[in-house]
Amino acid sequence: MGRIAALTRNPAMIALVAALAITGCASKKTPNSAAELGLNGAGAATPGSAQDFTVNIGDRIFFDTDSSSIRADAQTTLSRQAQWLNQYRQYAIVIEGHADERGTREYNLALGARRAAATRDFLISKGVSASRLKTISYGKERPVAVCDDISCWSQNRRAVTTLSGAGS
Amino acid sequence: MKSILKPLLMVAAMAMGISSVAILPAQATLELNVNKGNVEPMPIAIPDFQGGLGPQISEIVTADLKRSGLFAPIDKAAFVEKITNPDATPRFDDWKVINAQALVTGSVSKEADGRIRAQYRLWDIFGNQQLAGEQFFANDANQRRVAHIIADAIYEKITGEKGYFDTRVVFVDESGAKNARKKRLAIMDQDGANVRYLSDGRSIVLTPRFSPNRQEITYMSYESGQPKVYLLQIETGQRELVGNFPGMTFAPRFSPDGQKVIMSLLRDDGNSNIFAMDLRSRSTTRLTDSTAIDTSPSYSPDGSQIVFTSDRGGGSGRSQIYVMGADGSNPHRISFGDGVYSTPVWSPRGDLIAFTKQSGGEFQIGVMKTDGSGERILSSGFQQEGPTWAPNGRVLMFFRDSAGGPKLVSVDLTGRNEQQIPTANYASDPAWSPLLE
Repeated sequence: MGRIAALTRNPAMIALVAALAITGCASKKTPNSAAELGLNGAGAATPGSAQDFTVNIGDRIFFDTDSSSIRADAQTTLSRQAQWLNQYRQYAIVIEGHADERGTREYNLALGARRAAATRDFLISKGVSASRLKTISYGKERPVAVCDDISCWSQNRRAVTTLSGAGS
Repeated sequence: MKSILKPLLMVAAMAMGISSVAILPAQATLELNVNKGNVEPMPIAIPDFQGGLGPQISEIVTADLKRSGLFAPIDKAAFVEKITNPDATPRFDDWKVINAQALVTGSVSKEADGRIRAQYRLWDIFGNQQLAGEQFFANDANQRRVAHIIADAIYEKITGEKGYFDTRVVFVDESGAKNARKKRLAIMDQDGANVRYLSDGRSIVLTPRFSPNRQEITYMSYESGQPKVYLLQIETGQRELVGNFPGMTFAPRFSPDGQKVIMSLLRDDGNSNIFAMDLRSRSTTRLTDSTAIDTSPSYSPDGSQIVFTSDRGGGSGRSQIYVMGADGSNPHRISFGDGVYSTPVWSPRGDLIAFTKQSGGEFQIGVMKTDGSGERILSSGFQQEGPTWAPNGRVLMFFRDSAGGPKLVSVDLTGRNEQQIPTANYASDPAWSPLLE
């Protein structure tokens, strides 16, 4: 565990570990090419790296105001996430739930948790093992966009799938 | 932590060292009825107290009374009589001509043992008599507290209500950019003086609340990775986790007897329910069991009921205010206005519930009776939330986010007297202490 955790700091090494980790199911072992992922080679990140996940798959989904329903566009993103996560099984996953600032602090902690749980449940429904998934809510305490208008609020109403090195 | 907390220890120890002696009680004829709708602030004259420290003390007394909105201190330049002996009967006619209804005289001196001796007399100008007089002995470091105690005594003598100036506020000190905000627990006097930090800012901390004995606070911290509710002994800095729950715990508050902490616990399905934990037996009791967000619980002062926020009625995002028995029985909705309601807090007097309401793109701070009737909005703004009651139940403090970050604001029950509390940094999540003893 500790060894893998240390390796995750180096994306190239992760790819290597990933390749080793999936030798048990050889038929599925061929990594998707960037083209197969519909990205036409745009992503320079090593397949299977955290960077690959963030850049080529998309690490976050967005929600409507006061809602924790997974929107159609978010379902597409999460399905892609699930496919990738099922391929690269060395990662443990923490889903962060966030809210915009148009709610009170305590309520938004609960709302962020509800969004993280909805995201987790969707990934589980797509075959990601529940044992790899943890959730955390940051409520409205960690905005990514800091202006005071609708464009910002919509970016802050999000669930972010973050990868950590070793499963627990 | 220790070095920060040392001064608090001293204050607590010395608090007991403040002793008071009544100089000359008298019958009250000077009255201010704070229960009338529109209270005209009472003109009051407060000449500098005599003695080296005198002016500092009288200035704090003046500021307290002015901030309450119930008193209008008269400009000292208008004074006719120059007070040289604070124990002598003033020339009432000289104060009548400047329309002072009350006069406060006082002095502060050093005792041989190093303590300070502060005394004041409150005069009823149109009644031509002394209304109150007391003297206090206190350690040097308690100067400001002596002033607040004098202000409380004047407030109580004239309004018939308990004061709230000798109190503290715990809050979250915020600094840095909005997307990388450092949040620290802090404590200060109600007027913004004597700020001390209770956490180092490495972890996000939120929603500190006082125990009834003022010695501990309960709050939420991310220090373990998962957000959890903790207890902190203010004097010793000792911290402990509240309960051994698997998921996030948040929105804590003490019961009025200080024996329980009530809070929200995240369920595995993403909803949140309310639990109470007995701090002695460590036993926990589930109080709600809904597939909804149930949070922000607050006990009635007699401990028999709990008011809380839930979106059980209207689906996601339509949170409303509910009241249930302290055992979780008979939950019923009390807010029916046009908007989203949250953060209900029961008044220490028991008569009202303060809340945050989102309506028409604004955040409002308001109060309603405990059955939900008689809603009154006291303050509106783009972004503001989280009321806390002064111990006398007449003033609320909350936080308002504008121009880059939040600041603390107080408003009285008339809604007419709004004051920003001076803080060095941004500040949020205020919680008012009970009256200090």
